[in-house]
Amino acid sequence: MTVLLLILAILPIIAGIVIKVMFVPASNGIDITGAHIFFTIDLPFGGLPISESQINSWLVILSLFFFCLFLTYGLKTKDMSKRQIVAEWIVEKVEGLVRSNMGEFFMGFGPFICAILGLSACSSLLTLVGLFPPTSDINIVGGWAMMTFILITYYKFKAGPLIYLKSFGEPVPFLAPLNIISEVATPISMAFRHYGNVLSGSIISVLIAALLTTLSQLIFGKLPGFLGEFPFLRIGLPAILSVYFDLFSGGLQAFIFSMLTMLYVSGGFPEDEYFKRKRLKEAKKQNKQAIENTNGGI
Amino acid sequence: MLELAIGIILGGCALGAGCAMIAGIGPGIGEGNAVAAACEAIGRQPESRSAVTTTMLMGCAVAETTGLYALVIAILLIFVAPGRFVNILLESIG
Repeated sequence: MTVLLLILAILPIIAGIVIKVMFVPASNGIDITGAHIFFTIDLPFGGLPISESQINSWLVILSLFFFCLFLTYGLKTKDMSKRQIVAEWIVEKVEGLVRSNMGEFFMGFGPFICAILGLSACSSLLTLVGLFPPTSDINIVGGWAMMTFILITYYKFKAGPLIYLKSFGEPVPFLAPLNIISEVATPISMAFRHYGNVLSGSIISVLIAALLTTLSQLIFGKLPGFLGEFPFLRIGLPAILSVYFDLFSGGLQAFIFSMLTMLYVSGGFPEDEYFKRKRLKEAKKQNKQAIENTNGGI
Repeated sequence: MLELAIGIILGGCALGAGCAMIAGIGPGIGEGNAVAAACEAIGRQPESRSAVTTTMLMGCAVAETTGLYALVIAILLIFVAPGRFVNILLESIG
């Protein structure tokens, strides 16, 4: 069963490679293109293009889903398997992160933060198997940022709409336009930060590969036949860049995206007002009940 | 004449992209300052290394944002804008 789940977790990635080989036209030489659009669904308000980045991100979601099932299959309290230890380690780390950054009230955010972290990191790491990374498409990352923005606004509304509106007039009321701009800029800057980092990494990698091709043609171009055309310098050297741009930058951006989500959500939440309001509401309820009780008694 | 117009469009886009990337100076200086301060802090208190490193990486990523705005504009100017502008030119000629 565990082997089956592990195979199911790897299968989506292989399916992604197969889809890429079968349907994406091969590029001649080195060029920089965006995501390939497979087909477009016609909707009343315009076409909905289904692109490579969407398909790849769904494949990553499927793969992570089966990987989580693989890790948590057959949980025990005694003689724990290695899988269970890994799963518990992940849960403990994420809960510690959420507790230290958001506080006890937001402990329910653990799974969400872990999902964003895993999805973002694995999407960026897709470049390692040669697939198009969904995080270098602004639509995908913009969607995540919109989700974070909705969460931030929801938690700001928790203490009532009046306090939400009042938060724009701080510290002085005439700064309200600037506060509104900074409110809108939050999701835009989050999306641009993640997408720009991944995209700039892939563009710089392509430029370096083009440079190495030209250089090796200059140096080895005099060799006869196949040897003259083969780009020798492209063996190994781009891998050093890939360690930084794919492994380090991808992981760091995933961490920063989830970190900023935590900080913004817990930072915008008006804690004191919320608890005050909750206490007032409960007191009101109890008063009402007490009055009803006394009325019923009479 | 048409070649000249398209040439001016392409040249303008490339120049604009280059000028936009001047914004890379700012994050460079800012991140340098941040890392320098972090190094000093670690030198003074080596036991707080992990906390300082995490905070520094966060701060660096946030400081990088302005540079990335410039990068996005430069990418748009190189890959998207020339096609748009040439299309507009051809449509206006008819």
